[in-house]
Amino acid sequence: MSAMKIQRKALVTLKEGAYKWLFATLAFASLVFLVGIVFTLLTESLPVFSKIRPTSFLFGPFWYPTADPPEMGIWPLITASFAVTAGAMVVCVPIGVGTALFIHELAGRRQRAFLKPVIEILAGIPSIVYGFFGMVVVAPILQDLLGIPTGLCAFTASLVLGIMATPTVASLAEDALSFVPRSFREASLALGANRWQTLTRVVMPAAGSGISTAVILGMGRAVGETMTVLMVAGGAAMVPKSLFDPVRPMTSTIAAEMGEAVMGSLHYNALFAIGLMLFLITLGVNIIAEIISRRFRLKLGLGR
Amino acid sequence: MGKRSFTTMTMFILLAVMTLTAHAVSAVAADRAIIVKGSTTVLPVIQVAAEIFMDKNPEANISVQGGGSGVGIASLLDKTTDIATSSRKIKPEEIEKAKASGINVNEIPIAIDGIAVIVHPVNTVKAMTRTQIREIYTGKITDWSQLGGRKGKIVVVTRDTSSGTFEAFEALALNKEKVRPDALSSASNQAVAQTVAQTPGAVGYVGHGYLTPRVKAVAVDGVQCTKQAIQSEKYPLSRYLYVYTNGRPSGDVQRFINFILSKEGQRLVEEEGFVDILK
Repeated sequence: MSAMKIQRKALVTLKEGAYKWLFATLAFASLVFLVGIVFTLLTESLPVFSKIRPTSFLFGPFWYPTADPPEMGIWPLITASFAVTAGAMVVCVPIGVGTALFIHELAGRRQRAFLKPVIEILAGIPSIVYGFFGMVVVAPILQDLLGIPTGLCAFTASLVLGIMATPTVASLAEDALSFVPRSFREASLALGANRWQTLTRVVMPAAGSGISTAVILGMGRAVGETMTVLMVAGGAAMVPKSLFDPVRPMTSTIAAEMGEAVMGSLHYNALFAIGLMLFLITLGVNIIAEIISRRFRLKLGLGR
Repeated sequence: MGKRSFTTMTMFILLAVMTLTAHAVSAVAADRAIIVKGSTTVLPVIQVAAEIFMDKNPEANISVQGGGSGVGIASLLDKTTDIATSSRKIKPEEIEKAKASGINVNEIPIAIDGIAVIVHPVNTVKAMTRTQIREIYTGKITDWSQLGGRKGKIVVVTRDTSSGTFEAFEALALNKEKVRPDALSSASNQAVAQTVAQTPGAVGYVGHGYLTPRVKAVAVDGVQCTKQAIQSEKYPLSRYLYVYTNGRPSGDVQRFINFILSKEGQRLVEEEGFVDILK
């Protein structure tokens, strides 16, 4: 009887040990992937800089990677990514933050029960579907409506990307609002402030940095999006003069050209270098978001 | 209860390991599949041909993959494919690389592709010269009125600069001059056709096999883009499509290529919108 008990106890210990190892391995797997990706990006992209000066790679105005001799300036691609992302922000910040405020502060139970799943569905639509929708539906409509030569341009891309990034912004901003302690709101109302005053003077400032995190992460989503911009942005490697010019963001350049680039060629390495740039940009964006959200938690006395 | 779940978990892990091992072993043990990789232009032909070939020869196993001409040739060079398909001739530097890794590149033309220059059906322009096409794409001609059409900005649609279709178009029509940087650029033949079909001021180019009633092909140097014109090499914007192997093919690889070159295989080529090489 007692022997069995001891046996069972040993088994439990073994089991716990096994679980611990299993999950530790899984947790460190992502670290291995990260190191692997950074290593590959660096080794595959650095050869470019032995042939092309980093400044002319970053600020060169022309992208003719397969011409002879090739011209590899990614300035048009960088500006395109920024233009499209900025445009997307103009669309998704008001809609996303507004949605969060409405759902969290103003909506009744029924409206909330309806709106939240709708936003989640919007987040679940694959990006190629957005791209196809943008290309076949949105672009021709804008082309006719605005009288522009082609609907495949930075404006359309911004619009579609903005809609795509909205759920990210909305759900993260809503989280930020729900972190605001109930006591803040109650104190404000107790002091005689009305709902609007409470919202704009107490809740918004308290959730402010959380909302900024939401916006920044939405921006990260827009910068990194590939398929949609490949289909909708038009793909012209030129520094855009207006919002209605076709553009070629960094992500879609990699997606469109990697399949055809000769392995190990300068073009191939240049595409990895664009990938490295994108990685650095999104890394920066994420670090900023992390710093802000940390401050936010401290401010509300939630600790680290 | 705890004991049971532990046993279940062990069983599960064991099962998973066994399945994985079995899978790996069977992949090695089974007849090695013939891998065909490369040009997305050639892909539909190869795919149909492979299906019919496998129906006729149940023991044959052919795996067809896209990726593009460059990928196909690169795979031939690192020996991860048996047959590379390409919509352009192999480049001298690729042949050099092949020699360096001990590969003897064997080239077999399997079809001809005519590149059609397309405009929106409402466009009144019906013909262009190769010079005009070049000037449109390099930015010297910017308005349809310069070609005798209705006034309106020309929206130039091109393919990504690394696609096989672009390389062929560049060689056949552009004299290696650079495409204007503000040209729209699409990732596939279908995307070009789609963009031109929904943009009244657009001009684009696609493989003859991707012509649809929603776009209009213009005559080039006075020759309409028809099968006869391409086959007789009168149509100026035409190119051969190739398969490449390492050395002279043998066994199933050889039988498969012979099938593509046979009357039946060439009929498939035609059905996919290309032009056969039967003379």
